[in-house]
Amino acid sequence: MSVRVFIVDDHELFRSGVRAELSAGLEIVGDAGTVDEAISAILATEPDVVVLDVHMPGGGGRRVIEAVHAERPGIRFLALSVSDAAEDVIDVIRAGARGYVTKSISPAELDLAVRRVHDGDAVFSPRLAGFVLDAFGRAAPEPLDPELDLLSAREREVLRYIARGYAYKEVAHELGISIKTVETHVSAVLRKLQLSSRYELSRWAADRRLI
Amino acid sequence: MEEMDTHPAAAGLATAPRPSLQRSRSDRVVGGVAAGIGGHLGLDPLVVRIAFVVLAFAAGFGVVVYLLLWLLAPSEATDAPSSARVVARPTRQQLLGTALVLAGVLTLLWIAGLWFGWGLGWPVSLAAIGFAVLWARSGGEEGHGRWDLRSFGSPLEAMMGNRVSAPRIVLGSVLILGGMAVFLAATTSLSAAANVVLAVVVTVGGLALLAGPWFWRVATELMDERNSRVRSEARAEMAAHLHDSVLQTLALIQRSSEPKEMASLARTQERELRAWLYSRAPSIHGVTLRDAIDEMAGRVERDNLVKVEAIVVGDLDVDDEGLRALVAACSEATLNAARHSGVDDVSVYVEVEEGQVSAFVRDEGAGFDPGSVPHDRRGIADSIVRRMELHGGTAEIRSEAGRGTEVVLRLARPKR
Repeated sequence: MSVRVFIVDDHELFRSGVRAELSAGLEIVGDAGTVDEAISAILATEPDVVVLDVHMPGGGGRRVIEAVHAERPGIRFLALSVSDAAEDVIDVIRAGARGYVTKSISPAELDLAVRRVHDGDAVFSPRLAGFVLDAFGRAAPEPLDPELDLLSAREREVLRYIARGYAYKEVAHELGISIKTVETHVSAVLRKLQLSSRYELSRWAADRRLI
Repeated sequence: MEEMDTHPAAAGLATAPRPSLQRSRSDRVVGGVAAGIGGHLGLDPLVVRIAFVVLAFAAGFGVVVYLLLWLLAPSEATDAPSSARVVARPTRQQLLGTALVLAGVLTLLWIAGLWFGWGLGWPVSLAAIGFAVLWARSGGEEGHGRWDLRSFGSPLEAMMGNRVSAPRIVLGSVLILGGMAVFLAATTSLSAAANVVLAVVVTVGGLALLAGPWFWRVATELMDERNSRVRSEARAEMAAHLHDSVLQTLALIQRSSEPKEMASLARTQERELRAWLYSRAPSIHGVTLRDAIDEMAGRVERDNLVKVEAIVVGDLDVDDEGLRALVAACSEATLNAARHSGVDDVSVYVEVEEGQVSAFVRDEGAGFDPGSVPHDRRGIADSIVRRMELHGGTAEIRSEAGRGTEVVLRLARPKR
């Protein structure tokens, strides 16, 4: 069964571009240009994966994720955005998106990213990996919950390779581990990113907000 | 299922914009405060009014709260054309309401045994009536939106600017001053020393009654005006910037026929716009590492029609020769990748760690055997390896024919 995909972006041109790129290997079940339209259409079509723009009028991607997850927690989200603002990116990830890629991604990579999200794995673009390393890099004087507030040495190593532009497969090769293990590490980092309450994380994102 | 279906409605309710607290113009018995609060909290104004009346019996608490809100809450903005402003004249209902509230307060004071006697009652009433005469119609309603600097000149001009007639000003002032005089005259039997203090207090109080609301309003209006000026300046600056950069580039792209050149123009513009949008405060000491690497990546992109993804983790000022050498070596490596790898993507990753700074420049292109580079090709040896070694750093080139190239630069830096 092919993966059923829904596209949300307020730019119609971009929406049709992504639709054309993805329709080769995936089933596109619909698209929407506004937050409210997206919420009702996603609940109606029940796609497997929603490719979601971060920055949209009317509450942004965050509102879509929260409204959909309140009813259908099984629908997975992949954020696709031109926004480099750390605050935006961290915000949708913490709202529940399983990954973040920039709009300059190649069609083949986007296809792979959607499938990866569908399989329950996390998708980290080099930029997101950089954000996470930066956010968790600041010395936390007293982590409230070391399980959530610190990255392990191995996770840090994996993220560093991703930030350097290595694909998961290449990271696995460099570290002498399986792709599955790389995916496990990345998913663990995503979980920390979503659940950590560490104060530095929000302060870090706010420091880099759009002025 | 049914329970689930209630979610969107609940979410919609929670996020629906709530009107801020403003005095109502259209629905008012006294000052429109109750209707304003009702609108803000989503209650029937009648409920709020009853609450005020009940609170008023609690030692006059409701009255004080009402008056404070009347003074502090802004009047509802007039988006409606001027025909709607006719409402500003007090209605009979309003007059009756005010009179009843006043009578109620006085009766309450009487019953509670707090009646201060006519010696105080008369002057206070006189001053209150004078206050009302002066300010009732010169209030913010008509004044909003028409404040120019001249009208900030004095309370007198402010009142004139609001078309308060001269007789009214005279009458109001006379009433307030009369109230002060009566009060002072009635209390001269008190001890002489207390009288001096009392006179000062009464004078200051009288002046506050005269000019207080004016000062309050001027301060508010000045603040509003400053805010809107800052906003419009920011807008103008943004428009100017977009015009000089984005619109120019769009025009260039339309004239270009080479897809590669178009893409390069677009990428360069994107990078520049990003740098402008997400810029942080400029460093005091000069260039930061992040800015230097971004600038370098942009330059290579522009000159070589490739895409350079530059990611910097941590940041510091480029304030010594070692860091400058690192940036230069990084630039050289990126340029090499752009020129010789045969692919259009180069990744640059720079990380500032506790004791060192590392830079990784990677492409997935042709690759080469580092051992077989002819000796006359000095680019890598001189501009990367030797440059790093001169400043106590290292450079490692990892490449294999057909498997891409990665240049790894490391520079130790003193702990601070």
